[in-house]
Amino acid sequence: MGRGGRLTILGVLLAIAVGLVVFTVMAFIRSSPPTVDFTAGHQPGAPVDLTVQTVGSIGFGPHPTWVSYLTETPGGQWVHTTLWDLPAHTRVNVTVYQYDSGSPLRNQQFGQVTGTIGDRAMLNRKPFQVIDSNSGNGIAHTFSIPTLGISVPLYGDSSNANLCAQAPCTTKSPHNLVQFSFMTPGPGQYPWQCFVPCGLAYLYGNGGPMQTVGYMGGFLQVVA
Amino acid sequence: MSPSEQTHHFRRLVAIWTALSVVADVVFYFAVGPHVPPGAMTTSASGQQTDFIVLFMIALPVMLAVWVYMAYALIVWRGSGAGADDPEGGAKARGHLGIQVGWIATTTVIVLGVFVYGTVELIVPAGAGGGEGPSPIWTPASHDVLPIQVIGQQWQFTYRYPTFGGFETRQLMLPVDTPIAFHVTSLDVIHSFWAYQLGVKADANPSSDNIAFTTAKQLGAFTVRCSELCGLWHGAMYNFGRVLPKAQFFAWAQSTERQNAANTKLLPAFSYTYVPDANGADGGYYPDNVDPYSNVEQYGATTPSGK
Amino acid sequence: MALDMRASIGAENVGGTPPPRTSIRRRPGWLGPHVGRALAGAVGGYAFGHWVGNLIAAGYINVQGNGQNDVATVLGLSIGVVGWLAGAGMLDYPLARIVGREPLPPTPSKSWTRYFGPALDHKVIGLQYAVVVLLFFFTGGLLAMAIRTELLSPTSHVLGPGTYISVVGEHGTIMMMMASSIVIGPLGNWLVPLMIGSRRMAFPRVEAFSLWIFAAGYLVILTALPLGGFPTGWTGYAPLQTQAGAGMDAYLVGFAVIGIGMICAGFNLAVTIINYRAPGMSWGRVPIFVWSILATAALLTLATPTLVAAGLFGVLDRTAQTAFYVNEHGGSSYLWQNLFWFFGHPEVYIMALPGFGIVAEILPVFTRKPLFGYRVAAAGMIGVALLSFFVWQHHLFQSGINPDMRPLFMLTTELISIPTGFIFLVGLGTLWKSKIRYEVPMLFALGMFFNFLIGGISGVFLSDVPVDVTVHGSFFVLAHFHYTIMGGLVFAFFGGLYYWLPKMTGKTLSRRLGKWHFWTMFIFFNLTFFPLFFVGLLGQPRRVFEYAQNLQVWNDFSSVSAFCLGASFVIFVVNFVWSIFIDPRPAPPNPWHSLGLEWQTPTPVPPYNFTRIPVVLADPYHYSRTDPKPVADLGPRTLVLAGTVPPGTSEAVGTDVTGEEGSADPRPPIA
Repeated sequence: MGRGGRLTILGVLLAIAVGLVVFTVMAFIRSSPPTVDFTAGHQPGAPVDLTVQTVGSIGFGPHPTWVSYLTETPGGQWVHTTLWDLPAHTRVNVTVYQYDSGSPLRNQQFGQVTGTIGDRAMLNRKPFQVIDSNSGNGIAHTFSIPTLGISVPLYGDSSNANLCAQAPCTTKSPHNLVQFSFMTPGPGQYPWQCFVPCGLAYLYGNGGPMQTVGYMGGFLQVVA
Repeated sequence: MSPSEQTHHFRRLVAIWTALSVVADVVFYFAVGPHVPPGAMTTSASGQQTDFIVLFMIALPVMLAVWVYMAYALIVWRGSGAGADDPEGGAKARGHLGIQVGWIATTTVIVLGVFVYGTVELIVPAGAGGGEGPSPIWTPASHDVLPIQVIGQQWQFTYRYPTFGGFETRQLMLPVDTPIAFHVTSLDVIHSFWAYQLGVKADANPSSDNIAFTTAKQLGAFTVRCSELCGLWHGAMYNFGRVLPKAQFFAWAQSTERQNAANTKLLPAFSYTYVPDANGADGGYYPDNVDPYSNVEQYGATTPSGK
Repeated sequence: MALDMRASIGAENVGGTPPPRTSIRRRPGWLGPHVGRALAGAVGGYAFGHWVGNLIAAGYINVQGNGQNDVATVLGLSIGVVGWLAGAGMLDYPLARIVGREPLPPTPSKSWTRYFGPALDHKVIGLQYAVVVLLFFFTGGLLAMAIRTELLSPTSHVLGPGTYISVVGEHGTIMMMMASSIVIGPLGNWLVPLMIGSRRMAFPRVEAFSLWIFAAGYLVILTALPLGGFPTGWTGYAPLQTQAGAGMDAYLVGFAVIGIGMICAGFNLAVTIINYRAPGMSWGRVPIFVWSILATAALLTLATPTLVAAGLFGVLDRTAQTAFYVNEHGGSSYLWQNLFWFFGHPEVYIMALPGFGIVAEILPVFTRKPLFGYRVAAAGMIGVALLSFFVWQHHLFQSGINPDMRPLFMLTTELISIPTGFIFLVGLGTLWKSKIRYEVPMLFALGMFFNFLIGGISGVFLSDVPVDVTVHGSFFVLAHFHYTIMGGLVFAFFGGLYYWLPKMTGKTLSRRLGKWHFWTMFIFFNLTFFPLFFVGLLGQPRRVFEYAQNLQVWNDFSSVSAFCLGASFVIFVVNFVWSIFIDPRPAPPNPWHSLGLEWQTPTPVPPYNFTRIPVVLADPYHYSRTDPKPVADLGPRTLVLAGTVPPGTSEAVGTDVTGEEGSADPRPPIA
């Protein structure tokens, strides 16, 4: 085979190898859940309504057995994401439909409501500040923004009930309603997470969904 | 090469090096010294600062020696220089016992000196702020040590004050001029408690009590960051603390104890190590009928989850 | 005897040779062993292993709970590696022996296609290693660019946090895996037999195996990305390791695989150096590069098994629910740290020592002076190798180890800086009153000295426990090891590459592009990593995606310099591709006028290296006009080799390698 032919083959093989490597790296880097935008058409000074739900197993996608949050878009659709664009210095009214069973907390410190407006939240329309996770149904998840000092425990449903196992769940399934409000700070990206180790079958419960954005943790992307 | 040429180069090198070293050390000591991290907020931090300054003032002449020599050699002995001599070969160029022995002796003396100094600097400020494990041997002289437990969990540090009823808080407040013992532990994976301005760093291992000492000498705010990769939100695992005057600290502690009384009753009894309840919240990795191999306090469920 | 067994062993003519055994049938071109067949084997092996894993473990409670079958992943990767090796022909010889058949004799091939399959010529394997190493480096470099892009802003994020720590971990692991073999592989394998006057390595098939398993390790660790990445960084600390997703299995299997390759490469090189030296090559005449490889080989063979064991425990914890690293069930979260760093610290000296060897080899050639303090240099390398086993707990100073241990390990770590400093004594002594030629390899060697000085001194700071309290786990550590590994080893590697490529490929690299490459790489390397010392001192921990606002300027400066540093490698790639493939100019056999034995061969080096085994007369450092000595007699007489007649005598006639009467070397050239 002539030199030109050899060079061509080598060049093609090298291009394929390099291309595969670049593709693998870039595909990994660019994977991310979508962002729900609450800033479009937002009137300054008006509050933002953020509605989410927590389910025991999401039932679809690459990890159907994982617990997850889902977000409702302003248009009323449920999207599998935990990334939100929110306006700065705005009151956000959060409504959580909690469809998962609960358990005692690893650290009861997170049974307290902190950082919300009024330092309290509403559970099924009754105000509360502390939940004893060792009694009743326990706590299913928390909604916590550590850098802003906000944390709200989400009371669990009874594990004997017929819990929803496929997201998005509707209010026909047993659920608890938790509502609270907080003020967004200035522009920036603020991570939020759940502090209940609810990653089933992971060591210390903090693997899997607990460590994947889009399931039990995400970002508040506050824009000016 | 004649002996006089040899001494000529050598003397020049020594002169340049001495001048530069003196200037560099003096400039460093006065201009940079007071600002060397981590500052002088606590005994451990100022000990580390002094240690760093001393080490750097030894390191500067060492580095300058190599750089001055290299720069000199690369300029003076470059091959294309007009009239450059052919290099010397033979036994003299292959080794020189005096230089070799001198080099080894000098480096050994410097290294051993640095070791002795470092050990002193480690012992005197009660362990220099580093985690000493559950049986520390370098402790503060005073017996009035305030214990504070640092609990690392994925992904936040919380703090318990056993002398104030064991309340747990996410704020770290410290009294000034009081020896403090940080008892660092973890409820899950390995974290590391790094209070930057306090000059304290201690790894948080599950079921381990890692003790680090310091005494704050100045008032002010400080940053706490996790410095051992612990999972997704490791980069977001930080908070801030303050060093307060003693009276203010006690007021804060007592009022927080009161405010948190309801939740403190729900917390497990205070202990220096905990076994995280791995069966809670369906987080069970091991089957439900396999109990943790430990009789220390379980942190979390008083009854295992029914699931 | 009761039964006459002679016939069953083919001994019909007792006292004669047994009848020839049947050979394995040789397959034609495309079905023979080569990289394409290896890939097919890998894919098939992975699919089979994954299927078996699902068969075994799909019913486990854990697997049903989290939807993650680690048994399938581990089996898939492991059997995939076996499939890769089978496809590359690595299993042919052992399998043939096991079933009692005659293994295929090697086909000496002169075609360029021999680089795509298994080879027994150490020179071919060395060049294959070079390609794989550069592929590793390129991938790791891409990931580094991604890291620096993310760190441009403390609050605005390009990558998700999980993606970021996976990228950081992948970058670190790929680079460390590559760096462990970056010199041993391409340069060690290519050069050592030539430098010691041997025709071959001691175990050519083991050498080929170590290359192919090194390439398999690359594929395994790359698989971590599609599996979701791993969250622990390259240090893999348990118990986060036990908690992690499927990508962690790729890390553990990948390290085990690379580890096996390292062990094989290590003992192969050690045995070759000890046993295959040409006559006359006493230990006092061994080139300093070979000394560094010997010290490194000892570390490779003795330290790496700990890593393989640690990885095995990790795999067992993740698949069989054992509790080696889980405190609450009888294990210890300290166990992985200790096992890993017991390997990890010798590992970094595995990286540093060959770099020392290369610069010590390059310096005399371009200063035209003998190496100063040859014995000190060799002693230093052995000293570093020995001491490196006694310092590992300096990675654990604040983890809660017995506090008595800390002054002890502070002492040993600071003591190891003494033999490490010997390379500076040797280098500076060689520069004294020399005649310096600023060729590209020399520039890289000098750059290595500059960088390693900063890296080494910062290491002394880290070994000092009080200072370590602030800088451990911060960007100061990161700057330290990038200065020593990248500034030291990688610079030395490129120096060695520019120095030896004319001999390895027979083509000259462009001098001008080489100088451009050096200067851009040197300047931007320092601009990238020097600010990171300050970033660490000012409180930024490693592996974080959010940092203090006031550190953004430093980080941005470092990131922009890093992009320029990445671009500087393009110059090297252009030089490499242009000068070797597109517009090659043949290189003279000894372009640098080196006295080294490897340069006394013709270019291209014949497959058997030397027509006659040389008799070594002196070490290769007798430069300068006052003491010109040839390094070896390349045409020794037969009786000289038999040891009965001293070299230089005119009696007796030698023969050459074609094996005519009285062939000097009874050992066949290649297995």
